[in-house]
Parts: sequence; C-alpha cells; structure tokens
Amino acid sequence: MTQTLTPLERYADDFRATLGQGPGWLQQIREGAFAYFQEVGFPTARHDNEPWKYTNVDPIASREFTLAPPLVAEPAVEDLASVAPWCTVWHELVFINGRYSPSLSASPATHEPRAGLGRVVVQNLSQAMESHEGVIRKHMTSLIKPDYDGFASLNTAFLSDGAYIYAPDGEEASTHIHLLFATVPGGEPIVSHPRTLIVAGRQSKLTVIESYVSLDGSAYLNNAVTEIALEDGAHVDHYRVLLDHGAYHVGTTRVEQDRDSSFRSTSFATGPALARNDFGVRLGVAGAECRLNGLYVTAGTQHIDNLLNIDHAAPHCTSRLSYKGILDEQSRAVFGGLVLVRPGADKTDAYQSDKNLVLSDGAEVDSKPALEIYADDVICGHGATAGAVAEDALFYMRSRGIDETTANELLIRGFASDILDGVIEPLREYLGKQVVQALPRFRDGD
Amino acid sequence: MSTNHTRPLLEVRDLHVSVVDNEILNGLSLSVHLGEVHAIMGPNGSGKSTFTNVLAGKPGYAVTGGSASYDGENLFALLSDERARRGIFLAFQYPVELPGIRNREFLRTAVDALREHRGEKKIAIREFNKMLEEKAQAMDFDPDLMKRNVNEGFSGGEKKRNEILQLSVLNPTLALLDETDSGLDIDALKIVAEGVNRFRGPDKAVVLVTHYQRILNYITPDYVHVLIDGRIVRSGGRDLALELEAQGYDWLRQPAEAAGA
Repeated sequence: MTQTLTPLERYADDFRATLGQGPGWLQQIREGAFAYFQEVGFPTARHDNEPWKYTNVDPIASREFTLAPPLVAEPAVEDLASVAPWCTVWHELVFINGRYSPSLSASPATHEPRAGLGRVVVQNLSQAMESHEGVIRKHMTSLIKPDYDGFASLNTAFLSDGAYIYAPDGEEASTHIHLLFATVPGGEPIVSHPRTLIVAGRQSKLTVIESYVSLDGSAYLNNAVTEIALEDGAHVDHYRVLLDHGAYHVGTTRVEQDRDSSFRSTSFATGPALARNDFGVRLGVAGAECRLNGLYVTAGTQHIDNLLNIDHAAPHCTSRLSYKGILDEQSRAVFGGLVLVRPGADKTDAYQSDKNLVLSDGAEVDSKPALEIYADDVICGHGATAGAVAEDALFYMRSRGIDETTANELLIRGFASDILDGVIEPLREYLGKQVVQALPRFRDGD
Repeated sequence: MSTNHTRPLLEVRDLHVSVVDNEILNGLSLSVHLGEVHAIMGPNGSGKSTFTNVLAGKPGYAVTGGSASYDGENLFALLSDERARRGIFLAFQYPVELPGIRNREFLRTAVDALREHRGEKKIAIREFNKMLEEKAQAMDFDPDLMKRNVNEGFSGGEKKRNEILQLSVLNPTLALLDETDSGLDIDALKIVAEGVNRFRGPDKAVVLVTHYQRILNYITPDYVHVLIDGRIVRSGGRDLALELEAQGYDWLRQPAEAAGA
C-alpha cells in the first residue's frame, strides 16, 4: 500500500499522522514549517544553490524514509555503550529512533538528577514544554527560522520531542550532559528528526555532548536541529559526535551569543555515508568569543560536508575556527566557511582554517574559507591546506625501525592531536581510537 | 650479531647513485668492520649526505651500480625500517619535526619495533621511562623535551642532541652520523661527541660524515677518507684530517679531476 507513495507524499502522510500531538502553539509552527518544506523540498543543484554546490542530496531526496514504529524491545545499556562514547558519570538523555527512552536515561523522569547538575534542567522536550513553556517558546525556532531550508523546516514540521537543557543564571554544572541519539534500524529505511534546545543563563556553565550512533549499518536519515542560546557571561563546551555508520546525516546547529559569553564547539565525524554539518554562530553582543574545532575522517565513498558560518554582529568579539580532515580511498569532503564581519563590528578578531591530510589519490576535498568584512580595525585571517603525509617525516620514523603502517598511524594521530587535545576525557581517548578505526587501511593491517 | 672480524659489517663496492639523472656517487667503495670509526670528509656537494642517506634507505635515490652489504645481507633489498631493525641508525643532518607526536611516545614505539624484531616483549612503561631518564641525564638532555612533539620548536643544538639520545636509547650496531657537528656550538659539540664515544666499542661501528675536522678533536677516528665528486680519493689515519684542516680540499681535487679526465 505504502509503496505507491512518492517520498514527499510519505512525509506528508507521516506528518498528518503525528500532527495532533503536542501543545497548540507548536501545531501552528509545525504546520507552517511543513508548508514551507512542501514549497521548497530538499535543496538540490537545480535550485542553483551555492551552499549545496558540492553536495548532492539526491540519495536522501529520492528515497522513502518513514518514521520508525515503536520498538518492541529497547537496546541494552551495554549495547549502547559499545557503539557510543560512554562514561558512567555523565548524565544521559537517550533517544532511540527519535523517541525518548526514560529507562535508558538518567533523568528526572526515572532517577534523581545527578548531584553535579545542580539546578540545571535536563529533560525531554515534550515534557519540558509543559514545565518550561516560556523559555522554550522564546528560543525555539528563533535561532533557526522555519523557512531556513528544506531540512530544517522538515525537522520543525516533525518537532514533537527532543532534548532540553536549561542552566539557570549562575549555575555551573560539573556533571557533563550526554544527549545520545541512537538508531536501531528496522526493515524500512527510517528517519529521525532529533531536536535539541540548550539555554545557558547568565554566568552559567555547561558541557554537553551530542552524539549520533547506530546499532547497525543500514541506511537511515538523521535530520537534526540544535539551537543553543548563551546569555551574558555563559560558558558552553559543546561536542557534536557523528558515529552513525552508513547513514545520512543532516545537522543544522545555530548558536546565539550574548555579551562576554564563551562557546567552544568540537565537531567530530567519521560515521555517515553522507553528512552535512551546517553550523552557525552569531556573536550578537560585545565581548563574546567562540572557538569551533572540527575533525572529520572519511574513507570508502563517504562524503562529509561542513558549512560553518560565523556572524560577527557586534564589536570586540573573537572567533577561532579550526577544522581538520583525514581523507582516504574515494571519499570526499567539503568545507565552506564564512566569517561575516558586519558594519560596526569593529575590533573583531577572527581566524579560520581548514587543513586536510589526503591519504589517497582518489580522495578529494573542496575547501572554501571566506571572509566578508564590513567593519574597521579588524584582525581577520583564513587558510586552507590539503596535502599528503610528509615523505620526510615518514622516512625519519622508518629510519628508527618503525614500519610504514605504524608510522602512518602515528602521523595521522599526530595530525588530529591538536583538535583532540582540548577534548574532555574520556571522550578524547574514545575519539582518538575512532580516528584510526575509521580508516580501513589500519583495520586490515596486523 | 656478527663477531666475524674477517668479514666487514658494512661493505660498499663501486657504488653509483643518481638523483634525478645526476650521478652523485661515482664508484664509492668502503669496508667497515666492527669496532671501527670511519670519518668521511669532503667539500660541499661531494656526496657525503647522499652516501649516508642511501645506506639508510631514504627514498629519491637511484642506485645505478655497485653493491652494499650489511652483515652479509644485500642492503638494497631491505626497506628503510628493516635496515633500522637490523641495527643501522642514521643521525640526521636536519632532524625532522613530527607535529602532534610526542618525543617519548615516538621513542617508545621505536624501541618496541626493535624489540619485536628480536622476538622480545614490548617494553614496560616504567622500565622505558627509567632507561630514558638515565640516558637523558647522562647527556644533559632537558627532560621537558621528552614531553614535547618530536623536534618541534627545538633549537638546532637540541635537535642534534635528540639524535644522539635516540642513538643511545635505540643502541644500534652501525651508526651513520650525517654532519652531526654542523651548527653546534662547542659545548653542544662536546656533549654530542661524548654520546658517540660512549656508543663506540668492539661490537659497534661508526661512519661519521663531516665537512670540518673540528669534531675529530673529540671523536678520534680509526680511518679518515676524503670524498670528492662521489668517490673516495684518499684514505688514511687521523693525521689526514689535520692535513685537510691545514690545506683544504683543493690539493686532492686536482689529481681526482685529472684522473677522471
């Protein structure tokens, strides 16, 4: 019966089936978002769309993805811990196929919040919409407009649940919060629309890990949207970890920073067959600073596209963007970085770089860092590199008795180290291992 | 390990080596036995570095003629890391920086590679650290440099000392020193020379390549060879180096050119 539907009809079908859920104000937003999605569809080359020039989403657009039916049995904690970064002292908020799992989460629904969270609220969104409606209505969809693009609008159209983190003014969480979006693929290709809202109040401090994993390698679509608001003096350390192997992943993240706030982000991607990491930060009030780090490792025919956008909208703000890629086999990476310095954003200090280690002749990277400056007295710079492993370094190591495979592994780890060095433990160690495991040349060796 | 003193540890015969069609070594022959220290001296461009590099297996050189055997094996049939595991060590003229790789981790990986080749277990971290500390102390090596990335931000002298520290830790059989003395002040030169003197012994051999005889004031060679235009034009003892110091290379160059003409 369902086989006769086109992919777009399938989304419409699923949309109508879920529309009754949630509060009335949300229904309006969702309907508007779905109408926009129906109008524009998925971004494709025929829309002559510069941000999508190097990434063809046809494999997503032409395929029928459906919302997952409820699981018969949830995966065991051990199964999750075997495919995801995991630490027993993190506060977990777990979603399976887009559905909140109270039993796998250490959250107010089932357990006492961990002591280190203090007064920080960590809840699933649908529950939080009742208890924190004011905060949510203020921020939700204010950072990502419902008409931003087809993917974001589709996420909003299906907005029913997700993760909600709220740090009241002055609250510093010493416990790290882990938002784990896991997919357990079933028969039909499924889609999840994970949604996250993080609001860090004045002078608050949060560390949040957002990870996307799968329990096997079947095709599915993760279409995630994350909104993060930092009020005056807030500090957020944010991790985005893509380990959904074989999947399609489109993530749209928007960050809004107020006065003197500090945002640090680390994006890590090794898993997806096709991934888009659309990450935007707006430095809205003087004194804000952000540091965006990223590491992507690709092999096979993987395609990972990072689109970074830093909007300097106020004076005396600082941004540092450093992404690195390791590409092997026939894989492809795209880096588009734009630092926009608006009129009046004087004394801006911005630097972005994208460096790539290309291990095979068949791999390719398209890197386009760009600056647009409309203010005075700014310090801005950018750089992009792509190169092979340095022959002289390889020979130096081999002249000490280290075989070629081990030497390459050390050089690759070394290349990644400055991105990973600032990462919290045990995540740093976990991601370091993922770098090597993502490359078949090391899996096939010894 | 070979103790057969009738067979050289390293035997190079009529070696011809080219780089991009330019012949750099032009019939070089040299025999090195265990227990010996050979100094190879020559002016710039005579092929000194090419000689040590090609023995260590650096890519980019074409061996177009002749042979080199090490401990009875054809050297050119071995990969560079295989040569190192059999006991050949090259101290680089320009040690390479390895971004993101810590000195300590790098050295331990190398030690384990050599141990694995000998059929030994990996070294225990505590044992390694203790050994490293002792070796570093013996040559006044700043322990903080072990935590830093290999050679990254090291001064010229620190890089050369790091080479000699590696020599001491990896404890090869044949040490090839490629202008290890260049760019060193007198104090650093003494420390480096002491490291080499500690290393040398009846079951070791050293081939030391240098432009200046200064380092030979601290490391006394058994043999001195003069390399000009890719071949050894004269061999002698310690006194030959002093003669070169006094007279330069030109008096040797002319007969070599005349002979080649």
